[in-house]
Amino acid sequence: MPNSATLLSIVTFIYGLAFVCYLAAWIFKKSLPGRLGTCVMIAAAAGNALGFGLRWAESYQMGYGYAPLSNIYESLVFFSLAVAGIYLFVEFKYKVRTIGVFASLFAFLAIAYASLPSVDSQIQPLVPALQSNWLIAHVITCFLGYAAFAIACGISIMYLIKSAAGSKQASGPIARMPDLETLDDLTHQMITFGFLFLSIGIITGAIWAEQAWGRYWGWDPKETWSLITWLIYATLLHARLMRGWTGRRIACLSCVGFAAVLFTYFGVNLLPWITGLHSYM
Amino acid sequence: MNTTKPADSSAVDKIWRFFASVRLSVVLLLSLAVTSIFGTVIPQNANPAVYERKFGPVFYTVFDALNLFDMYHSWWFRLLLCLLIANLVVCSIQRLKSTWKVIFPKTPKYQPKRFRKSGGRLEWPVQGASPEELKKIYEPYMRKHFANIRVEKRESGEGFFVFGEKGRWTRLGVYGVHFSVLLLMLGGLIGSIFGFEGYMNVPEGQTRQTLSLKNADQNRKLDFAIQCEDFTVSKYPSGRPKEFKSDIAIVENGEVVMERELRVNDPVRYKGIKIFQSTYGEIPAEEFTLQFTDKNSGMQFQKKGAIGDPLEMPGGSGTLVIQNYEPNFHNLGPTYMGRLDRPGEKAMPVVLALKDPNFDKKLHKMGFRRGDYWISIKDAELQEYTGLQITRDPGVPLVYAGFAIMILGCYITFFMYHQKMCIELIPENQDTRIAVAGISTRNRAAVKNAAKRLARRLEKMPPARHRPDPGTTQT
Ligand code: HEM
Repeated sequence: MPNSATLLSIVTFIYGLAFVCYLAAWIFKKSLPGRLGTCVMIAAAAGNALGFGLRWAESYQMGYGYAPLSNIYESLVFFSLAVAGIYLFVEFKYKVRTIGVFASLFAFLAIAYASLPSVDSQIQPLVPALQSNWLIAHVITCFLGYAAFAIACGISIMYLIKSAAGSKQASGPIARMPDLETLDDLTHQMITFGFLFLSIGIITGAIWAEQAWGRYWGWDPKETWSLITWLIYATLLHARLMRGWTGRRIACLSCVGFAAVLFTYFGVNLLPWITGLHSYM
Repeated sequence: MNTTKPADSSAVDKIWRFFASVRLSVVLLLSLAVTSIFGTVIPQNANPAVYERKFGPVFYTVFDALNLFDMYHSWWFRLLLCLLIANLVVCSIQRLKSTWKVIFPKTPKYQPKRFRKSGGRLEWPVQGASPEELKKIYEPYMRKHFANIRVEKRESGEGFFVFGEKGRWTRLGVYGVHFSVLLLMLGGLIGSIFGFEGYMNVPEGQTRQTLSLKNADQNRKLDFAIQCEDFTVSKYPSGRPKEFKSDIAIVENGEVVMERELRVNDPVRYKGIKIFQSTYGEIPAEEFTLQFTDKNSGMQFQKKGAIGDPLEMPGGSGTLVIQNYEPNFHNLGPTYMGRLDRPGEKAMPVVLALKDPNFDKKLHKMGFRRGDYWISIKDAELQEYTGLQITRDPGVPLVYAGFAIMILGCYITFFMYHQKMCIELIPENQDTRIAVAGISTRNRAAVKNAAKRLARRLEKMPPARHRPDPGTTQT
């Protein structure tokens, strides 16, 4: 049995392979690579889940025993798994494979980033404040939300490409994307799902902070950026539901929202003075 | 060509309409998002000197005038929040006035035309059954699965409609979400007015009653005292702390009223005040022994001392006061600081590092300190203390209620919907043609699917023989 680190590096390549298959199926309009892509993606997600479970077991063997959701490496591994899982659900429900190009790419990039030497992949014991079930709920829900937003962003990019190409294209890769209405609807569905989970994520985080430090909100940069992200998606939902925005404007807002997600996730840690609760992740 | 209205009513109208617009909410939500960014790129509540060095005097003055150093508590950020609240309240009142009648109508209306116009109408024929017979089968089924049903004759007088409706109340979900936002803001406001947050360090075996507040250079005395009976910390082999906890007792009027183990992530509550295990560390004993060494003869004297108590130096060579203690003064480790007053001279600072008994001697040798004696500290035993965070926030129950309502409301708004279904039974000679269609206020795609499922189920009920095929939309 390989250890989780080895398994997860193999999974990185499987996601890469899934991306190649989906891309080939899309560009060359072949169904064989498409079906192959689905199989490879399922294999990658299964390997990813196994790696996650294995790391959990390893932490028990080392005597620390915690759910592997406590540093940036572990959260990236979970993020890939969430992207793959949500995408496969969409693929089976809507029978569209073109979105797989983006989904497999995001999953690949996240897990590849995790294996960079600058990301510490050691299993470290948890400091007392992190030993909380609220933390587990917080990380899982936040990252399910982020994963849904990632897929929504991928679909929005497809929308923007397709609508920029106009209706001239009767055939070719762009014409093989789902029609604009489906893309728009899928973006919306992913965003509502992501918004619900981001809300729960922020709330469980607040409850955890209240339990550990006696304050549910402290305006620390990570908290504030998650609120900014939440506000952007809330704006999007209101623009759509109340002012009837659809199409390109929603697609653009969805990309802006995902940029905010990325900044919340990575960017905040680049701020020089970030310290405190979230500095570990 | 203005119609002449009373001036004040039109002003009120104007204000009302200003707050009743969703465009305002979109603008406010985005402004909050954008302005919040400042507070994450400019560190908040730091020392003014740090800002001045970082931004220079000009930007410092400008930023300070804009309250950018404590922006989440600035007047303009609060103004944005107040506008948002007003917007939310006015909008909700405005909309509820009209939606209430739709949500709770005295007699629900079903307009056949709207069902016929909805896309995705499903039709199929049933042979050898009259509308009357089919109605008898479908009606009980609909009654079981829908909150309201109604059976009506078709406009032509032949055949029937069976209408079903459910989930009308789900339209209240969004008001739940908005109400939860109000609860969160109200809870936050109450917390910031009536709450406090501070720290208290209690050495093992001792009792404390005063805490230092976090956002002000002030102390606050509690109605009760906290005693630390025992403090323990366990470590991983690497030296990282694994767990730390204190056995604390609440002491009121000299009597222990409660004893509890306090762990990280598991606060103790007493009389609306919450006590959290936050940190730990070491502080020096308040009493210690000072050792004086005669520079010339090497003779040694010892005297007991305590922080703040003036002490006569041997041979009448001055008065020494140990004033305070620093846990880590210039990387010297734990250090006592004091001053020495010698007759006819300016007061001299004295720095006594616990880890280095010769530190004062070194200062003498380097010429930083004059006098006849080298001073060092003995028997200053460090004591472990437990670092407690102490807060009072009466807004928390409201905030938690807001959390619960927000999740529930979001779920209802996004994943539940109001649907109306219509089964039209159209007589065709001896047979009946059935048409099923659904309409919804929000989720059209989902209702289309629901109509499909309903059709599939009806079709399985006897006396059915044919599959449904998606019918064309009749306009
Ligand atoms: C952050 C604070 C929020 C503000 C200031 C706000 C403001 C508003 C306003 C002014 C309206 C129009 C008036 C009305 O129909 O009541 C509205 C509508 C709406 N809001 Fe919000 N909202 C907020 C949060 C949310 C959230 C988190 C959701 C997500 C579930 C949401 C979902 C909706 C929906 C679905 C509508 C349409 C209502 C309808 O169809 O009648 N709002 N919002």
